[in-house]
Amino acid sequence: MASDAGLPPEFLRAGSSSFTEFLGAVRPELLPRHSDHDLSHLAPHGTTIVAATFDGGVVMAGDRRATMGNMIAQRDIQKVYPADEYSLVGIAGAAGIAVEMVRLFRVELEHYEKVEGAPLSLDGKANRLAGMIRQNLPMAMQGLAVLPLFAGWDQGTGQGRIISYDATGGRYEETSFHSVGSGSVFARGALKKLYRPDLTADQAAMAVVQALYDAADDDSATGGPDLTRKIFPIVMVASADGVDQFEESEISTMMDQLIAGRMQRPDGPEADLR
Amino acid sequence: MSMMYVAPEQQMKDRADFARKGIARGRSVVVVRHDEGICFVAENRSQSLHKISEIYDRIGFAAVGRYNEFENLRIAGIRHADLRGYSYDRQDVTGRGLANAYAQLLGTIFSAGGEKPYEVEIVVAELGAEPEQDEIYRLTYDGSVVDESRFAVMGGQTEAISRTISDGFAEGMGLADAVRLAVRGLESAHGEDTTLGVESLEVAVLDRSRPQPRKFRRIPRAQLSELLAATPETADPSEQTDS
Repeated sequence: MASDAGLPPEFLRAGSSSFTEFLGAVRPELLPRHSDHDLSHLAPHGTTIVAATFDGGVVMAGDRRATMGNMIAQRDIQKVYPADEYSLVGIAGAAGIAVEMVRLFRVELEHYEKVEGAPLSLDGKANRLAGMIRQNLPMAMQGLAVLPLFAGWDQGTGQGRIISYDATGGRYEETSFHSVGSGSVFARGALKKLYRPDLTADQAAMAVVQALYDAADDDSATGGPDLTRKIFPIVMVASADGVDQFEESEISTMMDQLIAGRMQRPDGPEADLR
Repeated sequence: MSMMYVAPEQQMKDRADFARKGIARGRSVVVVRHDEGICFVAENRSQSLHKISEIYDRIGFAAVGRYNEFENLRIAGIRHADLRGYSYDRQDVTGRGLANAYAQLLGTIFSAGGEKPYEVEIVVAELGAEPEQDEIYRLTYDGSVVDESRFAVMGGQTEAISRTISDGFAEGMGLADAVRLAVRGLESAHGEDTTLGVESLEVAVLDRSRPQPRKFRRIPRAQLSELLAATPETADPSEQTDS
């Protein structure tokens, strides 16, 4: 390995603060590769991610299922990650590439912050992620698309924000709430009825977990709560205090309430008909 | 112009003298171990041009000397750490590996005839899981590495500072004590009755108690005055004057 032998000249060369560009210059073989066939059958797919803003931040939750065709490839995959100390990224699509993209994205943000001595703005982070998705376009055309959902606390404007993407790297600001992945249609429908702008962090977390339950109810690729194995959605929040993950015990309590409610009304909370 | 023969010993000595002079002109930096981690204290009046920096999750960097040279080394170190962590795993990035890389680079530059030697001295410190596993490596301009067990001092008047810190050092002291000791050490370089105020200090810690994986944390001025305020010699931080 080249980096074992001291610091090679390219380490000392003036350059930008981007880790991806640096990696492309010194170790291009570590960047995700391209090939020419339909590869979608090779890799497991991650499914539904949901995010919602509240007064003081944004929550993001993801179910735990990865599928390969009609098989459940993994029951407890993690699809929501902290991107840095103020932002979150959730992944839907080809799991292997998505996890690798998140890993590179996290190093990218941290690298910039360390070299520059200040973090990127939330828009800067969102644009970097858009660039990485755009670079994955050849893979997306072979069936290995990665569609992350990005959310974070904007320290400039003091609010939680959600940004979605398409496979070509298009970047779209979402208001209030959004969902991506195979169960997103159902999750978004549920959130439409549950979301209110005055939610607290805990209520927003409950709303996104309810939406995931509805997604799992109607989409076979989205995993519902696994009560026997105690596998529950991962829920994270980004606020002025930074990124925090809801503890398993908190999620477990929320799940008990959710399921008790669904025992009475399987379709979930009732919205006013007005 | 005719070339004059200079013995290799003399050449090395000249280069070392050149580098040492450059380093001794600058203000000093102190790195001290304490029970919750490792603290870095630099005499630095600039808020934006740092002498102390984060390299990786548990690795910090401090330097004295020429700014452009140590800034170059700092960025190379961040690249080394991030590349290794990305291609292997985060836990495979070690302070010792980074110190070795710096040592090779500095050694090569020092002995290469064409370039002038770097006028820098740096510290690479790595936080262990337990205080006994903390590591402090001090690297000099010629690439030699010193594994410091308790503290490291770099810059000008290092003897006076080292004496003060060595006398005051106690195993298991807390962050506030360590910062105050380091500041006292830096003050001793200026002679008697000098007090360094918060506006002339840059302080950061590798903090074992930080729940996030990244343990490096800068101490803002407000918190620094609180830490310094508890010292018996200076009752009120607002009375401290910039020396």
